[in-house]
Amino acid sequence: MSVAERRTGGPAETPCVVAATAVTKRFGRLEVLRGVDLEVPAGRITGLVGPNASGKSTFIKTVLGLVRPDSGRLTVLGQPVNGDERYRRGLGYMPQDARFPENLTGREVLEMVRDLRGPGQTEDVELLGLFGLETELAKPVRSLSGGTRQKLSAAVAFLFRPDLLVLDEPTAGLDPVASGLFKEKLLAARERGASALLASHTLSELEELADDIVFLLDGRVRYHGPVAELMRLTGFARLEKAIAALMQRGQA
Amino acid sequence: MRIARKILAYQLRDIVRNRWVIGYTVVLLVLTEALFRLGGSGDRVILSLLNLVLIFVPLVALTFGTLYLYTAREFIELLLAQPVGRRAMFAGLWGGLATPLCGALLIGVGLPFLLHAGEGAVPVHALLILLGTGVLLTSAFTALAFLIALRFEDRARGFGTALLVWLGCAVVYDGLVLLAVTVFSDYPLETPLLILTLLNPLDLGRVLLLLDFDVAALMGYTGAVFQRFLGTGLGLTLALAALLAWSAVPLWLGVRRFERRDF
Repeated sequence: MSVAERRTGGPAETPCVVAATAVTKRFGRLEVLRGVDLEVPAGRITGLVGPNASGKSTFIKTVLGLVRPDSGRLTVLGQPVNGDERYRRGLGYMPQDARFPENLTGREVLEMVRDLRGPGQTEDVELLGLFGLETELAKPVRSLSGGTRQKLSAAVAFLFRPDLLVLDEPTAGLDPVASGLFKEKLLAARERGASALLASHTLSELEELADDIVFLLDGRVRYHGPVAELMRLTGFARLEKAIAALMQRGQA
Repeated sequence: MRIARKILAYQLRDIVRNRWVIGYTVVLLVLTEALFRLGGSGDRVILSLLNLVLIFVPLVALTFGTLYLYTAREFIELLLAQPVGRRAMFAGLWGGLATPLCGALLIGVGLPFLLHAGEGAVPVHALLILLGTGVLLTSAFTALAFLIALRFEDRARGFGTALLVWLGCAVVYDGLVLLAVTVFSDYPLETPLLILTLLNPLDLGRVLLLLDFDVAALMGYTGAVFQRFLGTGLGLTLALAALLAWSAVPLWLGVRRFERRDF
């Protein structure tokens, strides 16, 4: 929390958007992260894969500052994650299951997020138009379908042109058309230099989007490298088979 | 503070449209109006409302407060992923809950009094004490509700605990105090009883209301002791301070928990 500590984090132009060194976290007797070492390079889409309970969600939540690591060092966008909320100005987060105050309208939700960020942020409302959300924005959130809520959540994540997008199973609740639009949006964001951390079980989607793959197992990073490299290493042409091979190797 | 105020403003907009809060306001309105039609004079209405406020207000604050925090959980995560500090988030959430519940009480009870203002003497002072106590109780029990919801991950256990706390404060506590008085009747009990009263926010509310009405006999054992040994002035001050502490301490503990917890 100290000022000195903040300064040593350095400027935001470090090539890594997320740098984790020996990050551990346990919930009671359950060791969820057992020393995660990871450097997520800037300007790339990094797919986060792993079986259930491998620590994916927990790791994502430590990046967001929602979960506090027990030990280890974690910097995001060049700033240490230490309880100071300012680094999150550069983040865009889309959770697996987005929920908003049910009696607010979609427009009020957007207004609230905008208000909390304060002035001086350039906005990107393209997704609202692409998803055809304009008419839905007048309705209270409680009357929106799950898919529409996800669309709203995606629009919120992209709203402030974040440097780092943190996406947790983003397309799970989206219909194929919306899912396609979302993917295009993500690739366009990468074009302008943004980075993304993308947790997904849909390997075909990762094959389409991810530049790098991080494979988590039992709270440790078992593989981190370009998608093509992973396929070459395992000898499979499909990401699905390559990951399956990793999982089997990990359990052996 | 700026961020907390903003969160409060939007939470407020959400909660005033909540059907339970609207229902709470309507029930208070109907009950107060009914008391006027049945009982007549403002004095008697206030005395009847007294028990209503002591029982009903904490129940609503505890149950609605815990449920509210559990339902808002995903949204809290989403907001905490924004550049929003935890203290500001906590303050905004609590203010956004306590303010509309207090509003419901002020409208539900206050409005009928305004409407009947012309029909004879309204005991303004007593009404203000009643509303003020209601506001303080709302504040204390929503703070306790937050503390409970932050303590228990599991909704069912949290909700159950909230109901137990209410039952304990509203029913069991006075019974236990009476039992203790009977068992230890050979000993001087004034000081222990005073302390026991300070330990129950509902008793404190009762003391505040009844000291002002000067009807010590109706106060139950703890209230009677309060008036006899402290007198009205000192008693009021002490009860008020203790009741404020019942908001401040749970809020302080809640903030600490909220700052450290994992979402």
